[in-house]
Amino acid sequence: MDIRTTGGPATAEEMAAVDSLLGPADSLWSGGERRPADDHVAYGGRSRRSQRHLLLPVLHAIQDRIGWVSRGALEYACRRLSIPPAEAFGVVSFYARFALHDRGPLALHVCDDVACKCAGADEICARLESTVGPAGGAWHRSACLGLCDVAPAALVERSGAAHEERQLGSITFEEADGILRGGAWPREAARPMPRQRGRMLRRIGEYDPDSLDGYLSVGGFEALARARDVGAEAVIREVTDARLLGRGGAAFPTGRKWESVAKAVARPHYLVCNADESEPGTFKDRVLMESDPFAVVEGMAIAAFATGCDKGFVYIRTEYPLARKRIENAIAQTSARGLLDIDIEVRRGAGVYICGEETALFNSIEGKRGEPRNKPPFPVEVGLFGKPTLPNNVETLVNMLDIVVGGGAAFVSIGTKDSSGTRQFCVSGDVERPGLYEVAMGTPLRALLDMAGSHKLQAVLLGGAAGSFLTPEQVDVPLSFEGTRAIGATLGSGAVIVFGETADMKQVLLRIARFFRDESCGQCVPCRVGTKRQEEILERMLASHGGDSRADVMLLSDIAQAMRDASICGLGQTAASAIASGLTQLKVLNG
Amino acid sequence: MFGAGGGTSSYREAEETELIILWGSNARETHPIFFHHVLKGVRSGARLIAVDPRRTSSAEWADVWLGLDVGSDIALANAMAREIIHAGLANMEFIAGATTGFEDFARCVEAYTLERGEADTGIPAAAIKDVALSYGRADRAMICWTLGITEHHNAVDNVLALINLALLTGKVGRYGCGLNPLRGQNNVQGGGDMGAIPARLPGFQDLEVPEIHEKFATAWGGAQFPDRKGWHLSEMFEAMDRGELRSVYIVGENPARSEADQTRAVRLLRGLEHLVVQDIFLTQTAELAHVVLPAAAGWAESEGTVTNSERRVQRVRRALEPPAGARDDVDIICDLARRLGADWGHPTAEQVWDECRSLSPMHAGMAYRRLDEMGGIQWPCPDESHPGTQFLHGRLWEDPVGGPRAPFFAVENDPPVDRLTEEFPIRLTTGRRLDSFNTGVQTGEYTSPLRRGEALLISPEDGRRYGVEDGESVLATSRRGSVEVPVRFEPTLRPGLAFMTLHFPDQVATNVLTIDATDPKSGTAEFKASAIRIDKIPAAV
Amino acid sequence: MADAVFVGMPKRMVGLSIDGRDVEVVEGSTILDACRRMAIDTPTLCQLDNLTPINVCRVCVVELEGSRVLVPACSRKVEAGMKVRTDSKRVRHSRRLVLELLGSSVDMSLCSPEVRGWMARYGAEPDRFGAVATVAQPVKVDNDLYVRDYSRCILCYKCVEACGVDAQNTFAIGVAGRGFDAHISTEFDVGLPDSACVYCGNCIGVCPTGALMFKSEHDMRAAGTWDESAQNVTETVCPYCGVGCMLELHVQDNTIVKVTSPLDHSVTAGHLCVKGRFGFEFVQRRRGE
Repeated sequence: MDIRTTGGPATAEEMAAVDSLLGPADSLWSGGERRPADDHVAYGGRSRRSQRHLLLPVLHAIQDRIGWVSRGALEYACRRLSIPPAEAFGVVSFYARFALHDRGPLALHVCDDVACKCAGADEICARLESTVGPAGGAWHRSACLGLCDVAPAALVERSGAAHEERQLGSITFEEADGILRGGAWPREAARPMPRQRGRMLRRIGEYDPDSLDGYLSVGGFEALARARDVGAEAVIREVTDARLLGRGGAAFPTGRKWESVAKAVARPHYLVCNADESEPGTFKDRVLMESDPFAVVEGMAIAAFATGCDKGFVYIRTEYPLARKRIENAIAQTSARGLLDIDIEVRRGAGVYICGEETALFNSIEGKRGEPRNKPPFPVEVGLFGKPTLPNNVETLVNMLDIVVGGGAAFVSIGTKDSSGTRQFCVSGDVERPGLYEVAMGTPLRALLDMAGSHKLQAVLLGGAAGSFLTPEQVDVPLSFEGTRAIGATLGSGAVIVFGETADMKQVLLRIARFFRDESCGQCVPCRVGTKRQEEILERMLASHGGDSRADVMLLSDIAQAMRDASICGLGQTAASAIASGLTQLKVLNG
Repeated sequence: MFGAGGGTSSYREAEETELIILWGSNARETHPIFFHHVLKGVRSGARLIAVDPRRTSSAEWADVWLGLDVGSDIALANAMAREIIHAGLANMEFIAGATTGFEDFARCVEAYTLERGEADTGIPAAAIKDVALSYGRADRAMICWTLGITEHHNAVDNVLALINLALLTGKVGRYGCGLNPLRGQNNVQGGGDMGAIPARLPGFQDLEVPEIHEKFATAWGGAQFPDRKGWHLSEMFEAMDRGELRSVYIVGENPARSEADQTRAVRLLRGLEHLVVQDIFLTQTAELAHVVLPAAAGWAESEGTVTNSERRVQRVRRALEPPAGARDDVDIICDLARRLGADWGHPTAEQVWDECRSLSPMHAGMAYRRLDEMGGIQWPCPDESHPGTQFLHGRLWEDPVGGPRAPFFAVENDPPVDRLTEEFPIRLTTGRRLDSFNTGVQTGEYTSPLRRGEALLISPEDGRRYGVEDGESVLATSRRGSVEVPVRFEPTLRPGLAFMTLHFPDQVATNVLTIDATDPKSGTAEFKASAIRIDKIPAAV
Repeated sequence: MADAVFVGMPKRMVGLSIDGRDVEVVEGSTILDACRRMAIDTPTLCQLDNLTPINVCRVCVVELEGSRVLVPACSRKVEAGMKVRTDSKRVRHSRRLVLELLGSSVDMSLCSPEVRGWMARYGAEPDRFGAVATVAQPVKVDNDLYVRDYSRCILCYKCVEACGVDAQNTFAIGVAGRGFDAHISTEFDVGLPDSACVYCGNCIGVCPTGALMFKSEHDMRAAGTWDESAQNVTETVCPYCGVGCMLELHVQDNTIVKVTSPLDHSVTAGHLCVKGRFGFEFVQRRRGE
């Protein structure tokens, strides 16, 4: 590809960062020095362009080492990977994690999303603003970090040859201020044990998550062995019989997906484990990956075996460094022991919610902007790299272990007729015992709230930002797909954010509006402009005390309908649901 | 090629082939819209090979770039042919049925071992082998070339070497295969079609065949005209040198700037007894003329047709009134005829075209109405129900072969005339840049943000070697003359290779350096290979 | 001189119903193709026949029986038995909102009369959102050939496609940023002369809003002399290399003011290079002398 770079050379450090991932450049034509052979021959074309998928890993390497991505660094990466700089700029500017100006080696990301907001994040941010200065320099406001069980949460990192990062829980202003003044970092966030366990969570705490032998001692890899014994078709039959619906949020029948991929003629087949859990209030996949990483790997191995996948990817949000480390370790140990038939690669997200959408996630792995694709074609036909792909959520895959060992029939004996099995719920907000709860499908929400200790309830946000608000009168709803659907709600990702009567629901609604405006990829008009207008109108309504806002309510409803009907992906289609339910169910404006 | 001079394929075929070899062509810059078709092919999975001494922007798209030494094309082609034969990839059935001369050819290329190929071209043997096998194995593959093949003293041999490869593997006469010279000017192909070449009448009909001569003479009311072929451009200059050619009528050509060894060309033009120049500009050549006939611009101020590199005859139309005094070429020529005593009337472009169609079978079906409706038609198009011809030489696949068999020609490598020596150690090659055209007469008039003026492009390594800075003006000297030119470092050039264009003759007269060694058959000069040296200009005292 | 003509595989026909009427189209067609077959005027902004459908503007959405959400007509392939509605309440609502949302954020005054027609047909009132953020910004004039006025950019991605894989493959521009801040940009937003731009102007050729414009047109508009009613368009062939690109010369007062190429021409598919697009000055310069 004829690439033009005009930004001047990268620094030695920047080149070292890129080379640390790619190795040194092998010719003048890929950004290196002239070798004699370069005078008369060059190999390039498709083989070089096919390295595009390494763009995000390379950008992470630069960000980790340098703290930002300069023009010189980006252009060097472009030369190495044969990517036009404007394309790469489109990518780097898409992902929140990458800085495009030098903001120093230290970055503190303070979560001010809904659950942390309820735990006092706004006050921390306000005090940082007055002492340190506005966000955007060394500290940043962040969307949900997936540490809602230890809110308020933060993530701190320091770039350099030895990049460091740490997840922080129950953070105080003093701690944040101390970090920004160059002080020592507080200890890694506590990891509360699951509060309620069913079969899926039974191994957590029972073995050392860094040890394959530990996993084997609690029955690890028996399910994979069983799968191989009965064969791929039998496995898919059990999954179909289990009537498992995908646990990522879209609730698609997993068996049907597996069958489609298994039957797809085109090759290779890819398996993608979606661990980009970014729905505000959701942290179940983090807990599974951190505490039972081998089960995730085993679930992937079963899926790959059953559907004939030739290669697997785990796409883990960048805000989960511990989960990433544990999964990488689990893959390495398992594969070194010869237990894995396929190559599984860990890919790191880069701080954008939309990459949890499966086709946006594919684009992200391919080194592109995380813009969702129009469907059809569906991933099972045309997915990652244009090939048949099986995208499954972490929880979905871990479910496979019990389904394969116990059989589909046993699985459907738990839960309700239309919602089999158990489900992980992430309870956060104004409760005494925030954390992960595994309960049978169909359990009333009230029972869950009682377990978690909720008092003086004002509202529950079920399903995260893409979900909807429930009033105290609605908490008898059974937590099943059909039960929530009956009251116009959704289980979504399993997020349950609880608001006590003192919570400022106006601010919560605004935060959700800001979240969608921030996280819209910007591709389609209804969502790109609709989320912006939604935020503006909501701000305007909440700012004007009293007054007639019927016209604005009408506008919001008009926008909501167009976003729901005409957006490309689930983000736009659900970007108005929580706000609409807040206005209609909770009557936030009337309060 | 085997009779008619035109590319065998359609652009569309580049989108659907398996392998494309761009040989001596930087189509990315010189034929950008053809390159769009190539890119569509590449995006659909075609392998792209670039053969070019420079690693051009086209070569940057290639799966393999073969950076041969300037003028070693035949060595490369023959070495590839030998590999193909030895790998059993020669299409013996096609060769037996549709070609002649294979035995001689095979004997000839047998001497071109990979080792010799590497020695002659500089390209590693493994790369030659890789490309040879790719071409041999592909079901469909095209070879496209430009002036990198034809601006050599052995231009025709170069072309024959490429034809041999296609015949050897049966990659001609089928969809997605073929041999395609990309024409450098908008109507070079059309000029040939219309007989503006020494031995041909319109439709590539042979002037020296009595029946054909007779057909035209009859149609033209028994007109007397030569029945022996004339001179091509280089021969004309030789004839001027000998004093045999003393009067010249030049239409739309600027040889005072575009000829190799410019000093000589200008001297010969000045020495003419009578020089008439018909052009849309007062070019440097027109300034030497005794009579200048201002013409309308063919593409925007008059009507007619042109033919492109896929043999598509297309209409040009009048969009603008020509400036006062400038007249349509047809009007000028008819007036001239009248002065010489022949009344050709005042034909419209369409009437001229219809006469042509009546005499040239390959154009017979191309009524203006059809050209308009079909967005042009590819020749041959023998009648008005014919859709035009997507690719040529399908006849070679008929059993038995339709018409004459296609001959192999054994050709030997013959390095450039202007040898590299200690005194002249740098190989200068010339070419075009994206935003400019030929001597810049047309492109000089628009403000291109890409334009940076003429420079002698050399590798940074050569810059250091000769102690010159990027941007420094130097004296570039060949065996024919010297020019002062700023140096620009260009990492895509290897040490020992330099590049200039002909776009800015008023700034730097590049053709003072080039050699007029010409191909005896085509008359093209070896613009692609001069030997030069670089001298620092001593600081003014 | 034999003459083979490549004929593609025979295509199957697919039957579907649109607005209650049955229609048959070639397999692989889009719903939009079928709508056009039936002369159903369907608004489009990001669709162009010489570009890959990108379905981002969503103004062409239609209701498809069995689909939870509306589907983009421009990219959705027809399937046998589909039941499509192009003028239902939901369709009209989404089309109206798309036009309103765009109109509230972008200067669409130079869009084609068609777009104004759709605005009227769907009752779009972009002003009803009140005082809201727009993409207004200064015009970028950084070279002599064309200008970029991103206040007029609806982010249809067409220019990116034309600069990229669909034609030019230069990739001088891309979509940068995210959400409402997403915008067309060179790398690090450098000016065109510092970018990879090769000034083919294929981005201008596909821009539906006047955000990308010949500088000649921009200057004439500024001077108040631009008059499309006084312009003639003549098809001819480019005077430069031998590829044979068909040009459409837009001529006003015996002066070429713009150059385009027909989208359906087999040589160009509507795309040109810098010489064909901008290299016409020489014919008019000599007129002045």
